[in-house]
Amino acid sequence: MADAALFEFLHTEMVAELWAHHSDPGPGGQKMSLSVLEGMGFRVGQALGERLPQETLAFREELDVLKFLCKDLWVAVFQKQMDSLRTNHQGTYVLQDNSFPLLIRMASGLQYLEEAPKFLAFTCGLLRGTLSTLGIKSLVTASVASLPTCKFQVVIQKT
Amino acid sequence: MAVCVAVIAKENYPLYIRSIPTENELKFHYMVHTSLDVVDEKISAMGKALVDQRELYLGLLYPTEDYKMFRKLHNSYTDVMCNPFYNPGDRIQSRAFDSMVTSMMIQVC
Repeated sequence: MADAALFEFLHTEMVAELWAHHSDPGPGGQKMSLSVLEGMGFRVGQALGERLPQETLAFREELDVLKFLCKDLWVAVFQKQMDSLRTNHQGTYVLQDNSFPLLIRMASGLQYLEEAPKFLAFTCGLLRGTLSTLGIKSLVTASVASLPTCKFQVVIQKT
Repeated sequence: MAVCVAVIAKENYPLYIRSIPTENELKFHYMVHTSLDVVDEKISAMGKALVDQRELYLGLLYPTEDYKMFRKLHNSYTDVMCNPFYNPGDRIQSRAFDSMVTSMMIQVC
């Protein structure tokens, strides 16, 4: 497996690049960049969703898919497992990572809190994309109260 | 052995379909849709039974040794997915995928 730092550096550059040439520095432009990042993560998640579960047994239920995200997907991309998974058993899941690798080099505490969402957008898309390939439509958002701990909220969309 | 290979998207339209001989495509299209109904039936009947990937495949149609074939197909499909020029939902136009399917179809024919 390639050095984890490679992806971290690439991701940092992606975020920097999107914010460097901002034609619209207001909230509209910000949202656009966040959507672009989320879209990238989505496409990557779609491909990973096909490749990763190759040796895994078929998923029996939704919770198994979420567990797969927390263990196998997280280990493949971030070399660690998710620290906690909570659910209300009604289609909402909260995945918490206490030392998220993309935030850990930034700060420890409240410094750079406003910048954190930029570094979570790609990963939200990643989760949404993997879920999409596994047959689940969802909405994924992230929140940070204090770096490097972050929570990803997955809300299953019932069609 | 394989006279027709089809890859169907989640939304029930074909991403890729090929048959030997090259006529009778419409007939195969219908067969593919019928087999999709069989798949749906089997999945809804399964509920919480313990299933592993191989059983899912074999149990769905009829038990054959074609698990290897399915594996190869899925691996090639995964490669197509990873191609940055491929947008999920498009028709599959990859030449590599084509040649893999050809090799599969002429193998035991």
